[in-house]
Amino acid sequence: MTGSQHTEPMIEALRDLGEYISLALADASAGAHVQGGELVLRVSRESIVKVLTYLRDDQNCQFKQLMDVTAVDYPEREERFDLVYNLLSLTQNHRIRVKVSCDEAAPVASAASVFSSAIWYEREVWDMYGVMFTGHPDLRRILTDYGFDGHPLRKDFPLTGYVEVRYDEDLKRVVHEPVKLTQEFRQFDFVSPWEGMLHMPESEKPEEGKAEDGEGAT
Amino acid sequence: MAGMESKPLTLNFGPQHPAAHGVLRLVMELDGEIIERADPHIGLLHRGTEKLIEYKTYLQAVPYFDRLDYVAPMNQEHAFALAVEKLLGIEVPPRAQYIRVLYSEIGRILNHILNITTFAIDVGAMTPLLWGFEEREKMMEFYERASGARLHAAYFRPGGVHQDLPAGLLDDIGRFCDTFPQHIEDFEGLLTNNRIFRQRTVDIGTVSRREAMDWGFSGAMLRGSGVPWDLRKSQPYECYEDLEFDIPVGKKGDCFDRYLVRVEEMRQSISLIRQCIEKMPTGPVAVENNKVTPPKRSQMKQSMEALIHHFKLYTEGYHVPPGETYTVIEAPKGEFGVFLVSDGGNRPYKCKIRAPGFAHLAAMDHMCRGHMLADSVAILGSMDIVFGEVDR
Repeated sequence: MTGSQHTEPMIEALRDLGEYISLALADASAGAHVQGGELVLRVSRESIVKVLTYLRDDQNCQFKQLMDVTAVDYPEREERFDLVYNLLSLTQNHRIRVKVSCDEAAPVASAASVFSSAIWYEREVWDMYGVMFTGHPDLRRILTDYGFDGHPLRKDFPLTGYVEVRYDEDLKRVVHEPVKLTQEFRQFDFVSPWEGMLHMPESEKPEEGKAEDGEGAT
Repeated sequence: MAGMESKPLTLNFGPQHPAAHGVLRLVMELDGEIIERADPHIGLLHRGTEKLIEYKTYLQAVPYFDRLDYVAPMNQEHAFALAVEKLLGIEVPPRAQYIRVLYSEIGRILNHILNITTFAIDVGAMTPLLWGFEEREKMMEFYERASGARLHAAYFRPGGVHQDLPAGLLDDIGRFCDTFPQHIEDFEGLLTNNRIFRQRTVDIGTVSRREAMDWGFSGAMLRGSGVPWDLRKSQPYECYEDLEFDIPVGKKGDCFDRYLVRVEEMRQSISLIRQCIEKMPTGPVAVENNKVTPPKRSQMKQSMEALIHHFKLYTEGYHVPPGETYTVIEAPKGEFGVFLVSDGGNRPYKCKIRAPGFAHLAAMDHMCRGHMLADSVAILGSMDIVFGEVDR
């Protein structure tokens, strides 16, 4: 029943569509692949507007709706962000995920001229991750407070933030102060070799007779 | 008045205004009573849900979804549960699927009652709210009997539902389905042909099919504009394929059409609930894999292994294989999606929540332009905005 989303013909159709798009956009994309029953297309940063326009207007694609834009932060990578555009085609009943890598310095062309819904989504990505968009009509912060500093969904932004607010009875206004934690922020690490045999290193396998050493116990 | 410069009047609407449906601050520029620009300021209810989820195990992330669209909490959990199940590669047993669909449809009615009645109060009709909230309370009792909480249920968990339905609950829901259609008739009697209601909603906030797609609309906002699109039909999940229901579609895409679509959706939901009760299979309500769902309490008294499983599930949690998915459900407000990225650990690497209300509110400026000031309230009411999910 749930599996109906990923029946073989569905995945086959997605694969065909992926090949079709990769061929048409050969100079812009690094190819499409189907991952877990979802079509993913990785494209170069310069061509994002062209790709989105093509996906929207092509007869076989007709991805007329941009449902979501977000970013994923991989701080260890050279270009730390992956921009993720989720598109939906109502007529073809397909979804596609377009991915572009970028970093905090180099701006990305805004998709606002292709999809109006991109205006707010890109504002959110700018607010949360600090990715710049060129040609955006109104690139202000959207979810965070007025005068907020920093980009909270970056992996190097602490969960507790940097400032806290309270109402000051003497000053008769809300004041911003550095965060004071009454106890240190605790992050529990429960990760253990619970999966048993799956994670057990070679040297600790029982048949090698080392289990008696007592190392195997968690 | 020749030679006089006229400047637009800037009006600040909300965030403390009963018609702002929560904490919307709307900065409007008016020429007389005509709206020239409407700039919604959101984020006053921003709690950093997505950031918090990155620091919690998959199971601990479930309750955050209740607090998004707190009008229909279980529908949100559903999207997250489906996303995690997809990455884990598990399929929930039939009884759990039917329970989920049953409660999703109860959630849909909960949501539509709230929307229709508060929309009515925004444009001047008070009685539907008083009648509707009594019915909502009855349905929240059904929530309570299944999960223990009226609102923040945490009932749909990856792997199934938390516990089986208590005895007699299905009969009571069935009896509710017999009485509730009369209330829909009553709402319609008060509103549908009401002269004031029609004057306030017909041809107000009209959205064409093309515009609705361009702005990323979904749910009743899209169907009101005449697009026959419902994820329950076109990309069916759970057991929706085995159930029969119709998709109501509007013609003009104005506030009135959106209201009519929601009214008809309530009727369809009642029919879906009835079908679920009728077809409710027996069997387990969660996958019987103790690496994902906890063992029964009785087992824990007997078996050491079950005790260890329980302990590890509630401390470390389960590990989800690396991968990513954008999983959607048809929430009462539209397409509610969860973009989940796993790095193989016990906590989500990234969890983006796609709230339907966010896209709808983004079009506020577009929909309000050229309308009268009082129409902005009707447009906002027909959008079905809840700030829990818009601000996240």
